[in-house]
Amino acid sequence: MSAAVSLLIGLAMGLNLLSLASSRMPSLIRIVAAQGVALGVIPILMEDRFSWLVALLSAGTVMLKGVVIPNLLHRAMRAVKIDREIEPFIGFVPSLLLGAAGTIAAVAGARAVPLLPEHAGTLLVPGALASILTGFILLIGRVKAISQVCGYLILENGIYLFGLLLIRSTPLLVESGILLDLTVAVFVIGIIMDRIQRAFDSLDTRRLTALRE
Amino acid sequence: MNGLLLIVVPVVGAAVAAVWPSDRTRPWLLPVAGLAHTALAFWLLFHPPAVSPGAWLGFDQLARAILPVVSLLFLVCAAYAVPYLRMRSERHNRVFVASLLACLGLLSAAHQARHLGVLWVTTEALTIATVPLLHFNGTPRAFEATWKYLLIGGTGIALSLLGTFCMSYAYVFGGGGGDLAFATLMAHGAALSRPWVLMAWVLLLAGYGTKMGLAPMHTWKPDAYGEAPAIVGAILAGCVTTVGFAAVLRVRAVVAAAGEGALTDRTLLVIGLFSMAAAALFLMGTRDFKRMLAYSSVEQMGILACGAALGRAGVWAALFHVWNNSLTKGSLFLSSGTIRRAAGARTVDQVSGMYAITPKSAAIFVTGLFAITACPPFGPFFSQLRVLRAAFESGHGAVAGVFLVCLLFAFIGATRLVFAIVDGRPRGEARRVGRRYVESAAVVVPPLALLGFSLWLGLATPEVLRQAWTAAVDQLTP
Repeated sequence: MSAAVSLLIGLAMGLNLLSLASSRMPSLIRIVAAQGVALGVIPILMEDRFSWLVALLSAGTVMLKGVVIPNLLHRAMRAVKIDREIEPFIGFVPSLLLGAAGTIAAVAGARAVPLLPEHAGTLLVPGALASILTGFILLIGRVKAISQVCGYLILENGIYLFGLLLIRSTPLLVESGILLDLTVAVFVIGIIMDRIQRAFDSLDTRRLTALRE
Repeated sequence: MNGLLLIVVPVVGAAVAAVWPSDRTRPWLLPVAGLAHTALAFWLLFHPPAVSPGAWLGFDQLARAILPVVSLLFLVCAAYAVPYLRMRSERHNRVFVASLLACLGLLSAAHQARHLGVLWVTTEALTIATVPLLHFNGTPRAFEATWKYLLIGGTGIALSLLGTFCMSYAYVFGGGGGDLAFATLMAHGAALSRPWVLMAWVLLLAGYGTKMGLAPMHTWKPDAYGEAPAIVGAILAGCVTTVGFAAVLRVRAVVAAAGEGALTDRTLLVIGLFSMAAAALFLMGTRDFKRMLAYSSVEQMGILACGAALGRAGVWAALFHVWNNSLTKGSLFLSSGTIRRAAGARTVDQVSGMYAITPKSAAIFVTGLFAITACPPFGPFFSQLRVLRAAFESGHGAVAGVFLVCLLFAFIGATRLVFAIVDGRPRGEARRVGRRYVESAAVVVPPLALLGFSLWLGLATPEVLRQAWTAAVDQLTP
């Protein structure tokens, strides 16, 4: 594992904390995009020998997570003409503290899981756990639909990072299927957000309370 | 090869539906594709093809044990969809019909997935394909339900992806190649790393359990089933949930091969009984008869999870129950759709006396209710009896006791609601609209046919199905 990979994962972990602190929707989307690009580059750096398939997968990931999905989100945001302030359900400082504590716990917890020698010293597992946790904090702690989607994407980035442990064993066909599904999902989510905006005149998910027992 | 046709036929149908010009004739594509699919699925049931062990997709014994009923239920729903979409001619049906057919293709693919990664990709795609079906009604409540479905379903599916990676790492850590084909994983069960397998089991059970709608991951279910059209409810409850259950069965077989079978059985029993208890409590409280069907579905999923935990006899009974649940639940959803349209409302506070307005649908609904709450001689009675017998035979007397209590409470809750709707005098909207409401044969025959199948399964379970279930149990417990 090269120093460059560790650096990129460290960057992604920093972006996690930044996403928890950001109070504007466009910057949150940019943070998620930057994280996607950072993680998309890692597969090329991890392989000792150059392989076309890995390069293709990397390029696809960077394209989709860095350009296509953020564009879809930006477009959704413009289409629904919402107020761009992020309203937190869990405040910025508490969520930042939670995120920091979670990152420390992830680094400590990664020592406890059994790992192969080549993965033991790396940041892959701590980075994955920290991102998954950050994703959950955003999913639960933000009220607007777009910020929740960003949380979902960070959660997905964490899982992707975990999947890099398996880069030599998982068939790339499956990886590309995962990527494709994710893109379509964000596309569908964008459409639904548009409809929610029209129906409720808001993307505040706290208004979605008609259905309960 | 023929197994692949099960995927190709509906997908081609979806593509045709997407470009078909006329809203009026497009719905006919549903029964046409459904009929071809059902004919093929039943042909394969009687003539199971040889599946090469390394194939990622194949009509194996577990697919053979479940997929035909999925296909049959889809066909009946497709037949109901034609008059339904004619009644709803104010809405465009291009996306609806295409998504419905895409769902059938993805259902076939997910049931035939013999590779954990392929299973994940198809399940995720299936979740996305069902989204346009949920908000067909276009009401704010429908969008709210869709959003919750996307968020909860998306999180569940993310967890199952993480579980998939954990399973792969378990194999890599144990010195293997990390291949995720179920056959390979089961063959190398002993080599899998225990901590990683357990982590994978927890995450995959949570993920695919969300898809099934096991409590406490069931919260999307009442909203989605309540707001979606009746056909969609029937397909979600009778077809899509079976994918989650088949996934749990396949993963359980791998974890059992790794030597942790006892633990999987314990978790499945706990989550199954918890689902049944939660469903029974909500059934006692709910006032909406479409949401009632959702809670009843949670209860049935609990029964399946319990069955899966009770050894070979239990898994056999669970597969039997998959058929009974799909057919009976389909009949309940389709008849409830007619009642809902005639009544113009869905809660006991607004609806009563439906027996006077829609006598046929009300009769089917009441009979279906008795069938699903395990009254003889319908199929669910016999499959639940077998689950109970499996519990007693494997020494789980306490489980059987809790199981029976939950069934009793669910029965009380559901009958209370259904008779409040059916009995008495019509009121509100129904009094005005209802007199003129005509129950055409097109909306009565489909649910009646499903109820008939359920009765037939109970009275005379065909030998070929018994064989198919036994073969599936053999595949899962070598």
